[in-house]
Amino acid sequence: MAERAHFSDLAMEHMPALYTAALRMTRNPADAEDLVQETFLKAYRSFDKFEEGTNLRAWLYRILTNTFINSYRAAKRRPEKADVEDVEDLYLYRRLGDLRSGELGRSAEEEVLEHITDDEVKAAIESLPESFRIAVLLADVEGFSYKEIADITEVPIGTVMSRIHRGRRALQKALTDYASARGLVGSSDTAR
Amino acid sequence: MGPEEPDDCQDTIERLYHYLDGELTDERRAEIKQHLDDCSPCLQAFDFEAELRHVIAMKCRDHVPESLRRRVRAALAEEERNAGGHP
Repeated sequence: MAERAHFSDLAMEHMPALYTAALRMTRNPADAEDLVQETFLKAYRSFDKFEEGTNLRAWLYRILTNTFINSYRAAKRRPEKADVEDVEDLYLYRRLGDLRSGELGRSAEEEVLEHITDDEVKAAIESLPESFRIAVLLADVEGFSYKEIADITEVPIGTVMSRIHRGRRALQKALTDYASARGLVGSSDTAR
Repeated sequence: MGPEEPDDCQDTIERLYHYLDGELTDERRAEIKQHLDDCSPCLQAFDFEAELRHVIAMKCRDHVPESLRRRVRAALAEEERNAGGHP
C-alpha cells in the first residue's frame, strides 16, 4: 500500500511522458492539460490502492487512457478501421528502394531518418484512428510490452498485437506520404 | 527482399516487429538472429526499422508547460487540504 504523502515525489517525474501521450490522444494542448491534471488527481485519490513496488508508470498510463476514453473522446463512435489493406510490412523502407538504385549519393535511409521532422512524426501518429493510435503510442513511443498495453487498455493481448501491427502500417503509410511530398522517397501509391 | 524473396526472409520480416519488441521466445530470437547474420538485405531492413522506431520515439516529445506543473501541484495541494491530510 502506497502513502499519499509520497505521491508527488514519485508521480511528477512521469508528467512529461504523460503529457506527450495526452497531446497525441486529445490532439490539442488545452484538453491535454486538463487530461493530465485529471489523471494526477485520480491517481492521488486512489494511490492507497496502488501496490508499492509495482509499475507506477503503467498504472498512471492506465488511469490516463481510461480517463481519455471515458471523458475526452466523442461520445458515440463508429467502429474504427485502419485502412491498411494495401500497406505491406516495411512499407516506407520498400519505397526507399525506388530511390536507392537512383540518384542520391547518401543512402535514402539516412536522408529520410534525418529529415523527417518532429511535426511530421506527431501529425502522422495523430492521423491514426484512436485505438490504433493509443496502441502504437504505448508500444513505440513509451516502450510498453504487449502485456502491459493489454493491462493499460483493458483489451486481450491478441487485440493489442493486431492494433499495434495495423497501426504501425498506417503510421508507415502516413510517414511515407510526408516523405514523398518532400521528395524524400520515389513515390507513394496514393501520390499520383 | 523482393516479390520472390525466399521463405526464410519472409518469415524473418513477419517476425521483425515481435523481435524488435522483445516479444519472442529465446528459441525464435536465436533463429532470427542467425538469419540476420547470414542475410544482409534482411539485416539492412531490420536496421532501418529499428532506427525508424528510435527516431519516432525521439521526435514525438513535448515540453511540459511550467503552468501545467504549477496547476497540478496546486490541485494536489488543495486535494490534500480538503481530505484533511497533513503535509
